[in-house]
Amino acid sequence: MADAFKFELVSPERLLVSEDVLEVVVPGQEGYFTVLSRHAPVMATLQPGVVEVKNAAGNMERYCVFGGFIDIVPDSCTLLAESAVNVKDIDAADVAQRIQHAREDLADAKGDEAVTKAQMYLDQLTTLQAAVIPA
Amino acid sequence: MPSLKDLRNRIASVKATQKITKAMQMVAAAKLRRAQDAAEAARPYSQRMGAVLANVAQTLGDGDDAPKLMVGTGKDDTHLLLVCTAERGLCGGFNSSIARLAREHARKLLADGKTVKIITVGKKGYDILRRDLGSHVIDRVDLREVKNLAFSDANSIGKKVIDLFDDGEFDVCTLFYSEFRSVISQIPTAQQLIPAQAEGAEAQTAGDAIYEYEPDAGTILSDLIPRNISVQVFRALLENAASEQGARMSAMDNATRNAGEMIDKLTMSYNRQRQAQITKELIEIISGAEAL
Repeated sequence: MADAFKFELVSPERLLVSEDVLEVVVPGQEGYFTVLSRHAPVMATLQPGVVEVKNAAGNMERYCVFGGFIDIVPDSCTLLAESAVNVKDIDAADVAQRIQHAREDLADAKGDEAVTKAQMYLDQLTTLQAAVIPA
Repeated sequence: MPSLKDLRNRIASVKATQKITKAMQMVAAAKLRRAQDAAEAARPYSQRMGAVLANVAQTLGDGDDAPKLMVGTGKDDTHLLLVCTAERGLCGGFNSSIARLAREHARKLLADGKTVKIITVGKKGYDILRRDLGSHVIDRVDLREVKNLAFSDANSIGKKVIDLFDDGEFDVCTLFYSEFRSVISQIPTAQQLIPAQAEGAEAQTAGDAIYEYEPDAGTILSDLIPRNISVQVFRALLENAASEQGARMSAMDNATRNAGEMIDKLTMSYNRQRQAQITKELIEIISGAEAL
């Protein structure tokens, strides 16, 4: 049985989660990873994806985050999301709109680096859309 | 001396005004509660952001690779003032006190021979500053269409500021807004945005362990700082929204009370005049009867 640790999911608008959890799976920039108690201190940026939170009671909640970063210390973990929403409440139109914006950004992007970045963001968004929205 | 009819009309119009101010006060009170909730809900994010930033900055130190947004351009010639005000008036001294603070700041900078550029957020700030600093206003952001302030609104302002900074358009950026203390007290505040001032946020200690970064610290910091600017702008806008409603509430409360006093006074003189007229008519009848 893994120990519980403190997890907080904050978006600029509000505090979504603040509770003791057993494990959290987050979409790191370089791939998904799981955070357990007594994790080494890590600071990582996130890509758009699904965060899975297993709380101390063993219930699983899933949240959609659109980029952000995570600050992990051994006894607590803070996820600062650019924007976050519970997967249950996700709005297909909102995601579609984000993708639309990302496409426009890609069209406007200048320079290789910016284009790559915009393309990557767009791809991540489309993957996310496929993952969370029932076809 | 106004006639009875004049007085009656006057009383009716003041009563109508009182109803309007009363309604505005109640609307402001309802909006205030929502604005206050929003401001409070946003607080954890900016606090955590401050802590995280302090953490990373501490690790990186003041090396040469520290991003410019953090340490500044090393110059102090061009100042950008980001002045956030309301879209609407009728909220007491709210807009003018922010504008006054910004104007004094701008005057001081101009007297020191610096260049001043201004971006206004909200229509009222532009209306006030246009008079004597109109030529310095380089851009204005209109949030009139926005019903519920979202982070994306602040983010687009933040991006605008960062783009200007990257183009070397200014060296120091200061944010002007009104901090919400209570319904009767809002404090116009100037906050330096770029270069970021070390906040009092205590770095959360991760023991003596060294942070691992994914990707590297530089990349994270260069991602973090622009976002921090947007967050600061967002916070300022939310504080402003709460302050605006608070200021409007107390302004409208005053107005309602004044209207009440005015109605009392007018009613008093209306009654006196009516009584005088009745007395006059009675005297006329009695003296007419006596003459017979």
